[in-house]
Amino acid sequence: MSAQSKGIDWVTAAPWLYTGGLFIVWELAVRVFNLPPYLLPAPTNIAGAIWQYWPAIWKNSLQTLYTTTVGFILAVVGGLALGILVGWSRFIYAGLYPLMVGFNAIPKVAVVPILVIWFGIGTIPAILTAFLIAFFPIVVNVATGLATIEPEMEDVLRALGAKKMDIMLKVGIPRSMPYFFGSLKIAITLAFVGSVIAETVAANSGLGHMMLAAQSQFNVPLVWAGLIMLAIEGIIMYAVMAWVEMRMTGWAHRSQMAQV
Amino acid sequence: MSEPLVTIQDVDMRYGGPQGLLAVEGLSLEVATGEFAAVVGPSGCGKSTLMKLVTGLYIPQEGAVTVAGARVTKPVNIVGMAFQNPTMLPWRTTLDNILLPLEVVDRHRHRLRRHKAEYVEKAERLLETVGLKGFGQKYPWQLSGGMQQRANLCRALIHEPDLLMLDEPFGALDSFTREELWCVIRDLHAAQGVTIVLVTHDLREAVFLADRIFVMSARPGRIIKNQTVPFTRPRDLEILYQSDFNDIVHELRGDIADARKAA
Repeated sequence: MSAQSKGIDWVTAAPWLYTGGLFIVWELAVRVFNLPPYLLPAPTNIAGAIWQYWPAIWKNSLQTLYTTTVGFILAVVGGLALGILVGWSRFIYAGLYPLMVGFNAIPKVAVVPILVIWFGIGTIPAILTAFLIAFFPIVVNVATGLATIEPEMEDVLRALGAKKMDIMLKVGIPRSMPYFFGSLKIAITLAFVGSVIAETVAANSGLGHMMLAAQSQFNVPLVWAGLIMLAIEGIIMYAVMAWVEMRMTGWAHRSQMAQV
Repeated sequence: MSEPLVTIQDVDMRYGGPQGLLAVEGLSLEVATGEFAAVVGPSGCGKSTLMKLVTGLYIPQEGAVTVAGARVTKPVNIVGMAFQNPTMLPWRTTLDNILLPLEVVDRHRHRLRRHKAEYVEKAERLLETVGLKGFGQKYPWQLSGGMQQRANLCRALIHEPDLLMLDEPFGALDSFTREELWCVIRDLHAAQGVTIVLVTHDLREAVFLADRIFVMSARPGRIIKNQTVPFTRPRDLEILYQSDFNDIVHELRGDIADARKAA
């Protein structure tokens, strides 16, 4: 609670006020300038579309959520494993890093056709695209956490006879956890980008596919309804990741890592 | 004087291959068991190299380092180390930070789980000695810099090392805290009979704490002076203001200034 005496916590209320404000301004702008729905549908119009097409929207939202989540989980497992591997030795780091940077620079939309050739149209390319786009930030963050162990800490432990494995388990991996959990927030939003890209290019379900179909039928409110659903799913998953981060690595938010 | 615990004999240490930087050259010194030695010198003189040579983190190209009668060829786990940066792990409580070396040192790690209570009791006793009684369950980031450094000393001592190597442990502290910690170290040395090598920039600290002070030359470092400190123990902070104390500090200061000029 804030110190305000009125009993209204403005900071907690702020996200709702701002979001509400955005929709009100939007609604007013559409009405005042009399914009046609195919240019910019009003929020009420979009809400109507969500209501009208709810069964389809619900089914496709679940499909997108499913491909995103599975791709994201693969990215977490793969990213964590590769991050530890890269952070483990300078040799592996030096060898793999340029490869990963190059791979990350490829627009993932260009990879989807290849995935379609391999796996056909449908769920698997969407999962894999989500995985490919989401795993890079996880790798980089985990590797950074491992690579920035204080040299003094390493000296203290090595002088006591610690093996590389000891140092990794006792210091490196716990130390990289805040970086890891921090990267999950970025990774989950990127995973949505990945799955929707794949759904737009090559799928027969999912929000991306639904929006493309709606666009071809000039059903603009439904296209916007898809966008709104994506935003809602993104916010919810982001909030879940932020909560997980707080739960797992609360210590990192109360301390500076390099405090002397 | 008893037999030496640490012997460094004509050691050359060069970094980065045969053409690399020569950190120390012809370095020789001896530290007796139970002695408190300090190493001072101009910056970049290889004091930290000395630390790593004694602990076995570096193996010299020339000469020999002997600790407790054995030639050093790998890390020596009868040594405890503490640096200026306390490097407490923020996700562990202070107590668990102090117990960390026991999870690593071979002769303790296998009995740690079964004898946990015994080790915890030992850690609590150490905490009490350094004036941190009851702070074991706090996280390091809940402690001040001086308190973290006290905990750092406990971590360096938990596995009962024969030799304690301190690399400017009080460099980042304010002068009052530093004096407090001087007394903590002085009392630890007196109570535990541990041999201590203190690397420092602070000449008053060296003279107050040490029995013997080695002055190193500028790089490549070697010992240019071996000064014994005559004051009887236990020493009181009052001696910092005595004229014979200041004479020694003044003389050492002159030696280091000369060493810097020679560089």
